[in-house]
Amino acid sequence: MNFLNGITLLLVYQLAGEIIVRLLGVSIPGPVLGMVMLFITMMIRGRAPEPVEHASTALLSHLSLLFVPAGVGMMTHFGRIADEWLPITFALLLSTVITMVATALIMQQTSRWFAKPAPAHGHSDE
Amino acid sequence: MQSLHRHTGTVMNNPGLRDIWVYLSATPLFGLTITLVAYGLAYRFYLKTNSSPLANPVFTSVAMLIAVLLVSGISYNDYFAGGQFVHFLLGPATVALAVPLYQQFSRLRQLWLPVLISLICGVGIAAGSSVLLARLLGGSLEIQMSLAPKSATAPVAMGISEKIGGLPSLTAVLVVITGITGAVLGTKLFEWIGVKDDTAKGIAMGVAAHGIGTARAFQVSNRMGAFSGLAMALSAFATALVVPWMVDWIQALF
Repeated sequence: MNFLNGITLLLVYQLAGEIIVRLLGVSIPGPVLGMVMLFITMMIRGRAPEPVEHASTALLSHLSLLFVPAGVGMMTHFGRIADEWLPITFALLLSTVITMVATALIMQQTSRWFAKPAPAHGHSDE
Repeated sequence: MQSLHRHTGTVMNNPGLRDIWVYLSATPLFGLTITLVAYGLAYRFYLKTNSSPLANPVFTSVAMLIAVLLVSGISYNDYFAGGQFVHFLLGPATVALAVPLYQQFSRLRQLWLPVLISLICGVGIAAGSSVLLARLLGGSLEIQMSLAPKSATAPVAMGISEKIGGLPSLTAVLVVITGITGAVLGTKLFEWIGVKDDTAKGIAMGVAAHGIGTARAFQVSNRMGAFSGLAMALSAFATALVVPWMVDWIQALF
């Protein structure tokens, strides 16, 4: 029952997100707005409801599985990928590497600059 | 198809394996089941290799499924009739990202400024570098636009791609390849550039390689996974806000 309640709540937030996005004509995808609204709800209530936590853990622990059907879609794009393999392959590989290296270095530097001298293991109230 | 019909005609009262196959290959049951079976096998193989990033389960299962579909002659549309049930869950999974975001909020509060700066830079670099590199290498506008949101998680990236003139279904493929690339190369790259802090590694993984990178990050440590999930959630939001605007800007400037 817990899992069912959790997944229902996630779907309700997604649905609300999709409806609001369409009503207001904003350019944020519906699920992202749903995520923001759920986050705000939890901030206001001061805790994550247990069913939502269950459902979220279940979904996120198999997150990579969810990408598989989209990945198989590659077979419908073989033609286009073959036509433009050079820009696709290099732009994708290089840009991913650049993004990862740059973000890691920026994060490392900025946390050195800004981080308060935090205690080695602060109590994180989760 | 011709020969199949003739075959069906002759064995009407005693359906052979072939007829069952023809029937099954057109039902959602088939697409859904082979997706889960392929992922199960790929994941087992991944564990057998001691979670080597080279044996990334998304990569192996996608390769297996494409091989099966090509050999059996089943179209992607027929496959997706079943695969869509798995694909659909990407939506609720995106909403579910609010939970790790909320759970990590106390740590985020201490680090909010570095995270914010890295996130905005990372999202900008991801979109800017892919569009510019694709353009430099002679890619068509459609390819550039399909590449732009590639570091965001699939439903977000597909939505953005549609809005800026890319092909959503191609973007979905590029998102998956980007995620696999990040998951495979990530830990080695961080080693080379000397970044040892799991927080920085997690943020970089989540920004560049979304959910597939996050799955990999959780293998390294819980902390890296949590921050990767957090970065993925925030960058989904940031990409949706920044990329459409940024793409216009690049179009105007270059």
